[in-house]
Amino acid sequence: MADPVLTFTDRGIYCPAADVFIDPWKPVDRALITHGHADHARPGMGRYLATDGAAPVMRHRLGDIAIETVAYGETRRIGGAAISFHPAGHVPGSAQIRVEVGGEVWVVSGDYKVAPDGLSEPFEPIRCHTFITECTFGLPVFRWDSQNAVAAQINDWWRANAAEGRATILGAYALGKAQRLLSAIDASIGPILTHGAVENTNEVLRAQGLPLPDTIRVTPEINPKDHPGALVLATPSALGTAWARKFGPASTGFASGWMALRGVRRRRAADRGFVLSDHADWEGLNTAIAETGAERIFATHGYTQIFRRWLESQGYDAAIVETQYEGETLDPDPVEAP
Amino acid sequence: MKRFTALFTALDQTTKTNAKVDALAAYFAEAPEPDRLWTIALLSGRRPKRTITTTHLREWAAERAGIPLWLFEESYPIVGDLAETIALVLPDPGSTSDRSLTHWIGMLRDLSKLDEAARKQGILDAWDQLTARERLVFNKLLTGGFRMGVSQKLMTRALSRATGIDESDLAHRLMGDWSPETTSFDALIRAPDPETDLSKPYPFYLAYQLDGGPEALDDPANWAAERKWDGIRGQLVLRGGQHFLWSRGEELMTDRFPEFARLIDFVPPGTVLDGEVLAWTDDAPLPFNALQKRIGRKTVPKKLLTEAPVILYAYDLLEHEGRDIRALPFAERRARLDALTADLPPEAPLRASPLLSFASWDDLAAIRSQSREHQAEGLMLKRKDAPYRDGRRKGDWWKWKVDPLTIDAVMIYAQQGHGRRANLFTDFTFAVWNGDDLVPFTKAYSGLTDEEFGRITAWVRRNTLERYGPVRQVKPEHVFEIAFEGIQASPRHKSGVALRFPRMARWRHDKPTAEANTLTDLQEMLTAYG
Repeated sequence: MADPVLTFTDRGIYCPAADVFIDPWKPVDRALITHGHADHARPGMGRYLATDGAAPVMRHRLGDIAIETVAYGETRRIGGAAISFHPAGHVPGSAQIRVEVGGEVWVVSGDYKVAPDGLSEPFEPIRCHTFITECTFGLPVFRWDSQNAVAAQINDWWRANAAEGRATILGAYALGKAQRLLSAIDASIGPILTHGAVENTNEVLRAQGLPLPDTIRVTPEINPKDHPGALVLATPSALGTAWARKFGPASTGFASGWMALRGVRRRRAADRGFVLSDHADWEGLNTAIAETGAERIFATHGYTQIFRRWLESQGYDAAIVETQYEGETLDPDPVEAP
Repeated sequence: MKRFTALFTALDQTTKTNAKVDALAAYFAEAPEPDRLWTIALLSGRRPKRTITTTHLREWAAERAGIPLWLFEESYPIVGDLAETIALVLPDPGSTSDRSLTHWIGMLRDLSKLDEAARKQGILDAWDQLTARERLVFNKLLTGGFRMGVSQKLMTRALSRATGIDESDLAHRLMGDWSPETTSFDALIRAPDPETDLSKPYPFYLAYQLDGGPEALDDPANWAAERKWDGIRGQLVLRGGQHFLWSRGEELMTDRFPEFARLIDFVPPGTVLDGEVLAWTDDAPLPFNALQKRIGRKTVPKKLLTEAPVILYAYDLLEHEGRDIRALPFAERRARLDALTADLPPEAPLRASPLLSFASWDDLAAIRSQSREHQAEGLMLKRKDAPYRDGRRKGDWWKWKVDPLTIDAVMIYAQQGHGRRANLFTDFTFAVWNGDDLVPFTKAYSGLTDEEFGRITAWVRRNTLERYGPVRQVKPEHVFEIAFEGIQASPRHKSGVALRFPRMARWRHDKPTAEANTLTDLQEMLTAYG
């Protein structure tokens, strides 16, 4: 019997036909990377292959790496495999990786989100035999409101804070969530200040041509009093620190899919939780899986056991793969994490 | 329901005390009186009678959501709250409704008279006309346990602001056995008649933990000390020829401890005592596990009454000869308590918890070090000139507990938490060495910071050896110092011991697993303290 298209090793997902790894967590010679978050794009690989959109952030994070880029939909022959990258809708430049060997197609989703966010290239379902999916939010209690509805909540909150003379401090991942918020909110409400880690990513993405509103980097010289009514976009780990306190009286908020759970919201001790995720919700996962037409599903990270049982009850051949992907955690920020 | 839901949401969306009191005070000033009274009831732990079983609620919610019941059941512990789980899985409503909180509570009460099919229809109809937030509130009415991030103290403060009635008076008026179905806002709050509720207890005064020693307090001569007993705090109300025993959680425990009926013969009516309910024989308290057998029993078999008879070890007198004497200094109240209990015959289930005599804080520290031998948890310090206050307040009462017992143990299993800690590994099993084997002996869930839980969670994900359902066996690599209050023999546990209040005191990054404690160490502790 021929090798399977992909195998699961202690270094990562491996394609024997091409002798490449996908999002490996230990150093390998050749790595295909779905996107630039720290649990998927790690340092120490001999060579990297990623999309044109993902590469700049990877260079910014990982420094001087040997990276080759590929356009969405472009097929590369590597060894005995045909490999292509397709939009995953997770963050700008993020991809699902399609691997075809001898007519059999496997797709590695990386992290993905089905609903369009106006900034990331929208998710494209790819027909395949085997689909390797995340299931960070693989429970029926996770159902996302539209991005417009969440943006309206944030705008209302920001306006009310500005009217009452409070700063508005919103915590979000520095790569992806922060830019998505920037492009979704009403930037005419007031000035937008950004944490250094957020602004670094903004600069990378602006240079790629992504339309983001004007922002002001918070430096030691910035006096918050010069920017009344500002929205401060912070990394999750900056909330509640001395850095955040320098903005004076403030209302704090946090944007994450986990904010759907009241208990988690309270643990963050933020005033407001906004339910906004870069991962698919329950319906999104199920729709995406159905649209692949795959019969066999591997669940990598999230509520894998429950999700596998659900998939089996829906007639799929489903299994769990142990990986070191973390999905959406509350902290540390996947960009900041070492 | 919209107004009440808006209040719930406002309280939920802020962590700031003042903002919560503002929102509540505004609600109390403008909501219709029946809704106001229900809100007070809910926020003081008085919930409407449960008319639907949670089993039915789960089944109906899963059915309405179009998911199998097992999937609902798996989701519930992750959300950590049944009402919330139901609200999250239900599809969007088909219509809206603007009926009051009191209306919905009445509707739920009326459901109890109907058959199951009609009840189900009633609940499904309600779900279909309430928004996601309103449903959460509605489901909380169904399932009980109304926690809105507001203590009774905050609620009382807001009510005080809205009505102009003194906070302490209000706290007292809100105590005891009432329900919005048996009283009105006027009768309870505005013009209460003390004769209407003979059972009404006083608010309990609660002590803070004394961190460090008592040296920071002033002259020891200003302080009285007693042992801190390991029983159940209780307030015994004797009025009008009746007796009532209240727990600190304002639960009537009278029927569980029938011994106290005899006290009517020995203590005059118009007496209210604060003290500790203890299992007691031969003039000394029994260990807590003797009392434990009686907790949770609504009726008590004769055998248990003789095996674990209880007394009230009283330490304060709140009402004397029908008068509220809480404003008197502790020393005066205590003198009256001593006089009241001085000549009781031995069969009366009441004693005064002795005051300890000491001249210096050093004396007292020596007395404290004998706590375990006396089946006590430590000491209580009370200012001699202080009134009996309400709620937890700093300054006049302190608890000075003994240092916990500790043991260094290896973490071997981990499980995810729920509710507030849904995406973290927070529930751990610990083991000690028995030769080359690790023998599990306790679980612990608390004691680490959120940041430490975050770090251990990331580690657990990468170091899982096996999965047994939700439980993960992890590499035996981390040592934790486990602190606990007591140790008992337990044939039900592999290790042969059971701990009281185990928690993680410290993550011992400095200790290799080989230096963790052994089963022999645990057995020695059992011999010494069990």
